[in-house]
Amino acid sequence: MPERSLPSSPPSIGPHLLSLSGMTKEKITSILDAAETFLDVGHQTVKKVPVLRGKTLVNLFYESSTRTRSSFEIAAKRLSADVINVTPSQSSVTKGESLSDTVRTIEALGADGIVIRHASSGAAAFVAERVNCHVVNGGDGCHEHPTQALLDLFTIRKKKGRIDGLSVAIVGDILHSRVARSNILALSAMGARIRLVAPPTLLPRGIEGWPVTIHHRLDRGIEGCDVVMALRLQLERASGGYIPSLSEYASLYGLSARVLERHAPEAVVLHPGPVNRGVEISGEEGFLNEVAILDQVEFGVSVRMAVLYLLMGGRPEEAALLSMPARGEGS
Amino acid sequence: MKEASGGNLLVRNVHLFDPSEGISKEGESLLVLEGRVASPGSSVPAGTPEIDGRGGLLCPGFVDLHAHFREPGFEYKETVASGSRAAAAGGFTSVCVMANTNPVNDNAAITRAILDRAREVGLVRVFPIGAVTRGLEGAELSEMGALSEAGCIAFSDDGRPVSTALMLRRALEYSRLFGKPVIDHCEDMPLSNRGVMNEGTVSAELGLAGIPNASEEVSIARDLAVLELAGGHLHVAHLSTAGGVRLVREARRRHLRVTTETCPHYFSLTDEAVRCHGTHAKMNPPLRREEDRLAVIAGIRDGTIDAIATDHAPHAPHEKEQEFDRAPFGIIGLETAFSLSLELVRDGHITLSELMTLLSARPAEIFGLPHGSLHPGGLADLVLLDLEGEWEAGRPGYRSKSRNSPFTGRTMKGRVAATIVGGRVVFEESRP
Amino acid sequence: MSLWESPRLLLDPPRIDRILRRMAHEILEKNQGPSGLYLVGILKGGEPLAGKLAQLIEEFEGTHPPVGALDVTLYRDDLSGREGLPLLRQSHLPLPIDGKKIVLVDDVLFTGRTVRAAMDFLVDFGRPSRIMLAVLVDRGHRELPIRADFVGKNLPTSHEEKVLVDLSEGAENVTVVRPLPGEDHA
Repeated sequence: MPERSLPSSPPSIGPHLLSLSGMTKEKITSILDAAETFLDVGHQTVKKVPVLRGKTLVNLFYESSTRTRSSFEIAAKRLSADVINVTPSQSSVTKGESLSDTVRTIEALGADGIVIRHASSGAAAFVAERVNCHVVNGGDGCHEHPTQALLDLFTIRKKKGRIDGLSVAIVGDILHSRVARSNILALSAMGARIRLVAPPTLLPRGIEGWPVTIHHRLDRGIEGCDVVMALRLQLERASGGYIPSLSEYASLYGLSARVLERHAPEAVVLHPGPVNRGVEISGEEGFLNEVAILDQVEFGVSVRMAVLYLLMGGRPEEAALLSMPARGEGS
Repeated sequence: MKEASGGNLLVRNVHLFDPSEGISKEGESLLVLEGRVASPGSSVPAGTPEIDGRGGLLCPGFVDLHAHFREPGFEYKETVASGSRAAAAGGFTSVCVMANTNPVNDNAAITRAILDRAREVGLVRVFPIGAVTRGLEGAELSEMGALSEAGCIAFSDDGRPVSTALMLRRALEYSRLFGKPVIDHCEDMPLSNRGVMNEGTVSAELGLAGIPNASEEVSIARDLAVLELAGGHLHVAHLSTAGGVRLVREARRRHLRVTTETCPHYFSLTDEAVRCHGTHAKMNPPLRREEDRLAVIAGIRDGTIDAIATDHAPHAPHEKEQEFDRAPFGIIGLETAFSLSLELVRDGHITLSELMTLLSARPAEIFGLPHGSLHPGGLADLVLLDLEGEWEAGRPGYRSKSRNSPFTGRTMKGRVAATIVGGRVVFEESRP
Repeated sequence: MSLWESPRLLLDPPRIDRILRRMAHEILEKNQGPSGLYLVGILKGGEPLAGKLAQLIEEFEGTHPPVGALDVTLYRDDLSGREGLPLLRQSHLPLPIDGKKIVLVDDVLFTGRTVRAAMDFLVDFGRPSRIMLAVLVDRGHRELPIRADFVGKNLPTSHEEKVLVDLSEGAENVTVVRPLPGEDHA
């Protein structure tokens, strides 16, 4: 309204959310702050705001992920967007419709935004280069999963009141983890101290420059931490030769009430889910309840609402003018 | 191409430059009679075609030890015709073409078919490389005798390494019968795992599966040990790592009969290029770290690396326009190789004479191929170079059928003005 | 950027105090007392106003009605004007609104679009028995069929003018500024 002084705008997070590389503390904070507002929408009688009314979001999921797909779907629907789920079967992929043909078709159908989940690292950026609509990376290969990291940050901020200065241990298969990569970028932007805890076989080479400290032993790695983030271990890692067996992994890196009590009694435990009980997190009675998984799920919806709102809330021609974090700068 | 009836040609106003013959003379003309360099004082027959060299450098034509012309089987990527045009435009007068066609060049019929096509096209000299094993499957030796007889000049399962140390031993031993090299794509496949780019800081950040340097080094070490056992001539293809250069250098010191090549991309780019060029910077071996790039240059300087080859590997746009891990390995290189290599001279790493040796005399020598010479009676396979001419790679297009190159758009200094094979002009740049 | 004349003072603190007292009385009169009243300020100008009205109602009747605040950004029909996305503020409704007599409070009533957005928001939040509207200044130029139930001051303005409301404690004032002639203030 013209009577009021112009509202200050949140910083633009781009036309796309492909990576958290180059994402500043200011931008991350604005996303988390917006998510705070959207948390309330879930408590309204009508759990919906009309902010994306008339817009269409396509969930393009090449990997099955009920969790992430439903979260994006609910988020978009609470914003009143129309949502279409496209889950190309593996057969149609191998039969040859290429990713670039698929996304161009989706765009031609009138999509305003695409959330893509794909097994290939770089797939989200690949899509963003080929369409004019907004693209959200819903997890690409071993590269990034930005909205998961943002919801982890949101959970941490809710539980601990801040992120800056906290010690966060990320435990598990760092090598193949897009969740870890996005979290490392976002947590370091927010000023957290990050420790990676993993056997050498599950750590990538070439991470000397990362803002992390490396630990191979769980007890030392989580000692005194404020947050312990357990990563999901793909069960085929054992057959791939990365670890000798799941039970050995569980005994060396599995989180239990006892280990936490002794080494990180104040820690909030996060897990991107779904949990392999008895592998990353011990299956003992009651312990799973202490893990913030269900909070993470709820917060995930509001964080994704915030992301979709910030990307798609404006008019398309304006969004196209917003500058995106340059890929060449290190994503 | 009809070698017997070479052409007549008069090239005026050139700087004759043939370091292997110790020739460097400015302001000269060169007369070619029936595909051979004429003796001084020969009279110019009436009707002899002429080109004005405009003061450019006239040198022996380039010899590429490693290219993929994709015919038969993958004509949508490249053909003998389009590959030959690309080669001619890049100053190459002889090109060795790899066996991983479909069907594989593991029998004399395919070899003859390739040579027939090359003859029909009639641009550059094409030398087929036969497969080491039938179908490149690594199980049984191909009929090297028949292949050799039909015109294969070397053997390789390129695209993949020779399967086992035992198979390599047999191949090296048996190829001694024909005096022809076994070329190995040195890679330990299980160690490469499902890697798609160099393993290092960039792969860690992009979340792409890495191919470690050790993958090349382990394989070279195996090959060298087998070479010592079996004898024969081993040629290591597309050397890319510091460790690989070190291993070859050390083997040469022990007088093992190993030769090697590298490609322009390994001394021009590092794995950082993957960030901006995507699948156009995806090849195997992958672009490595800066240390490796410098080690490759050091290997070129000290002669450990014998030749600059292109590993010209065309792929269609729809194949490269895919997710990084799904796209095939390989980039085209024939049309950019000279200009990129000239940067080594401009940067002071090697002399122009050394560059000419790396692109022409030395590769021809190690594979026993005919090559151009400015000496009277020499084969008139020549290239006319404009060292100062600037151009932009890939603009307006490539002569290759494919355009998968990370160098597209790069401003290059130094270009090929004309290419002459057996006294016939097979390429001449359009000039105002 | 337009250039503006210096602001013209329209309402000073004593005047505003008198107006608010009258409005509080009108609200109580129309609703037959404070029972079931629920004041909801529209962020951000309406929030302090709702607080002041609630204080006055307590002063007159001894009960402090519940006060909430709405950020109507997500219900606006003009999201992302030239200035980009607005910052979201936290709405808060301390009690359910079902069956309540809601008084929406805003500082200035202009086109009516903000009020439309606020009503849509309230309806999504629950089912009040009644929604009323209280504004400090009604400056006209309505674009929707919306009318205030309680008006502090009717203030005819030209479309280009700006009405500025400052409710900082003790220095409450309403001023109008008009653009200097000859400037493009579209």
